[in-house]
Amino acid sequence: MLRNTIPWLIAACAGSVIIAAYFVPSAQRWQDTIGQWFEVLASFAFVLGGVNLAMQNLQKISARESGWGYAAVTLISFVVTLGVGLFKVGVPADPSGSRWGGSYQAEGSAFWWLYEYAYNPTISTIFALLAFYVASAAFRAFRWKNTEATLLLVTAFIVLLGRTYAGAVLTSAVPDEYSAFTFPGLTTLIMGVVNTAGQRAIMIGIALGVAATSLKVLLGINRSYLGSGDG
Amino acid sequence: MAWLQTLDRRWIFLAMLLAVALPQLLQVRVPEKPTALVLNVFRKIEELPEGSRVLISFDYSPSSEGELAPMATALVRHCCEKRHRLVLMTLWPDGKPLVERAISRIIEGEYAALGLQPGRDYVNLGYRPGKEVVIKTIATSLRAEFPTDDAGTPLDDLPLTAEVTNLQDLDLLISISAGFPGLKEWVQYASSPLKLPLAVGATAVQAPQAYPYIPRQLLGILAAVKGAAEYEVALGERYPNLAVPQRQDAVRRMAPQLWAHLLIIALIVLGNVAAVLSRRAGGSR
Repeated sequence: MLRNTIPWLIAACAGSVIIAAYFVPSAQRWQDTIGQWFEVLASFAFVLGGVNLAMQNLQKISARESGWGYAAVTLISFVVTLGVGLFKVGVPADPSGSRWGGSYQAEGSAFWWLYEYAYNPTISTIFALLAFYVASAAFRAFRWKNTEATLLLVTAFIVLLGRTYAGAVLTSAVPDEYSAFTFPGLTTLIMGVVNTAGQRAIMIGIALGVAATSLKVLLGINRSYLGSGDG
Repeated sequence: MAWLQTLDRRWIFLAMLLAVALPQLLQVRVPEKPTALVLNVFRKIEELPEGSRVLISFDYSPSSEGELAPMATALVRHCCEKRHRLVLMTLWPDGKPLVERAISRIIEGEYAALGLQPGRDYVNLGYRPGKEVVIKTIATSLRAEFPTDDAGTPLDDLPLTAEVTNLQDLDLLISISAGFPGLKEWVQYASSPLKLPLAVGATAVQAPQAYPYIPRQLLGILAAVKGAAEYEVALGERYPNLAVPQRQDAVRRMAPQLWAHLLIIALIVLGNVAAVLSRRAGGSR
């Protein structure tokens, strides 16, 4: 009952109110309240995530699993960032002279420093490395094997050229009335027609699936999200 | 051509490094022409009367900053030029400093001479957890989600937000989005049910997902660095003070993109040549 029925009733009531709010204006206040409850839960999820991260990495370190050094770096970074944020290390004093009144992210604080000079450059660098791996993958994996792969290859060529100045230059001799046949024109056509048609079909399919699954959740037919394993 | 089949990938990495770095170091610039989807956003901001309320949500993290920061900068600049009043927020926990950076560098930096005041000309709402639920809630009540601005001042005490009840009191919504929560959620919970004008800036990966919403639920898209470069060109044509290299960060990035794209095309061709040769060599044995 506590593990199964009550959580399902909460989910069913919350979901039903949100659906009702679309049609009944007076139910919108309830919908806002449920939204606020959700945000409280979402905030707790951060705490849960933090505890989980600490436990997972501590286990790796204590068992000396392969790569435990990385786990140690993760844990140290986590604790340092959390600590300097919670204790407002280096936060400039507010007009009343107290540093506790200032923002933990204020310019010059330790948290701000970590964000600007550790987190920001690290995450940007990792993302930028994608360019190198995309180039390598293009050479090794993008093969002209069958009809589908050929279509993909031709589309990629057109869009890659159409999204740069090269595409405009290569088809600059095409008269204006046939601009749809230039690389930029073909790119617009691919994105606006072919891509849109495909995306819409996928989106409608997903929406129907989500509606069906939601209905099963609201009616209690699917309870797998409760972790009971009987869904 | 046997070398092609055994090409060390470090040569590819070196080629990519040169393709990106050389145009940047040599300050090569390529011309850009604004396309219809970008001009739709530009014209909307241009046509709004001075002092209109524009919400910009910075829905990205530093990992996408290289791709999205130029368009965020260009949009904030445009709003400052038009003296629109800005409501800034983020749905991403690590997006908050990006909002603060836009305020300090552009609103309080480049446009310091305008004397734009926090609370009167712009408001930083900061970050709230809850993802799409935040949008759903502020669609009916801004204060239910943001009782105060990021500095802790009640919204009722700020001239800009005192008369704003919910999203419907805003003239334009803009989401600069790198994923979830982002443009799709703004369409689903704000522009579509409330019939509000929404413009989006998106990463190259996410932009194709935005096209199905054109033109009813989205008025335009700034797709990746190219979209930002086109916007900067449109801005430069209208405001000559912005047609300088220091104010056209995205335009500067288009030459490296051009050479990177050409390199990728060359690599695809070379890879296929290597595969064909390999198949033929295998067949002749």
